[in-house]
Amino acid sequence: MCEDCGCTVTPTRANDARTVEVLGRLMDANNRAAGHNREHFDRHHVVAFNLMSSPGAGKTSLLEVTIEALKSDFRIAVIEGDLETDNDARRIRAHGVPAVQINTGSACHLDARMIHEALHDLPLSQIDIVFIENVGNLVCPASFELGQHRNIVLLSVTEGDDKPAKYPVIFRTADLVLLTKMDLIPVIEDFDPMRAQKAVRDLANTAPVIELSARKAINLQPWDAWLRGEIARIRRGQAPTQELHEAHHGHHPAAVA
Amino acid sequence: MHELAICQALITQVEDIAVQRTAWVRQVRVGVGPLSGIEAQLLESAYPLACAGTRAEGSQLKIEHTDVRVRCRGCGAETMAAPNRLVCGACGDWHTDLLAGDELLLLRVELETRQCEVEASRV
Repeated sequence: MCEDCGCTVTPTRANDARTVEVLGRLMDANNRAAGHNREHFDRHHVVAFNLMSSPGAGKTSLLEVTIEALKSDFRIAVIEGDLETDNDARRIRAHGVPAVQINTGSACHLDARMIHEALHDLPLSQIDIVFIENVGNLVCPASFELGQHRNIVLLSVTEGDDKPAKYPVIFRTADLVLLTKMDLIPVIEDFDPMRAQKAVRDLANTAPVIELSARKAINLQPWDAWLRGEIARIRRGQAPTQELHEAHHGHHPAAVA
Repeated sequence: MHELAICQALITQVEDIAVQRTAWVRQVRVGVGPLSGIEAQLLESAYPLACAGTRAEGSQLKIEHTDVRVRCRGCGAETMAAPNRLVCGACGDWHTDLLAGDELLLLRVELETRQCEVEASRV
């Protein structure tokens, strides 16, 4: 017993140091919460897509046209992440689907706990697809699993085709890369879709790359087909579709299982 | 700036270890890969903030940087790679698997026992 204060701890020299080997992953707490979200999704047969991009790459516009294309076949809900305002959620609700707005304040990303809270505001048993529109940011969202089944990363042609090389962490997580605002290609002369695709392949990422424009309804069919295909794969417990060979410009090669 | 959030997760883990052992934290060693999404300098500047008022207050953060390594699915070679060019260093193929470089690990915690702290008497 300690002679000074009578506590039951055997007294030791002050500053007696010892080292504990741990080897724990720093993201474990978030990953556990993400796993819990995934259980929620799976229990209700809900398929969850996480959309990530820089601010203004066209996530909300894409969701608007996607909701219109899918809503007769699937019951859709959207979780919107923004630092402030519920502007995006209101845009989504105008299409007749439920949208939960998460205002992150100063936080630059959504984390699994925020998604968990949002899930309690959604009638999951009456939903087939949840789209999570992450905070516009090519850095931070990459580090936080949310429980989603697939990651979709958007790159608009106004941003430059070297973005995957500049932000490898987020583009490495992509199960699908969308090159958006392709209608602007004639005026954005220095954006080469093939260079963007090569930058994705340089990250050893086999994700399909689809070029489209939501606003001008250009090439939306491959995106629609990918979504429907992945919904079926997720329900069967299958891994994402990979593209194992380089695509050629304007040509969409057969997906490899 | 998600480094603060990650630092708080780190301190939660570290403090659990310290509390279990009725000790205080002197040094924390983490392993950070270039593809972890964490900027080491930002982690260092967030660390004292996350430590404030915990058993890790005043402790030192040591960061071990790891290299990026890939294994080629084609030729099987294991080579070093740049974080934004994960192609095989031997044959140049992009069909590779990442072996190392995306780690974000708590490796080691150095603890010190302080004599007759009030909290210890509760054990």
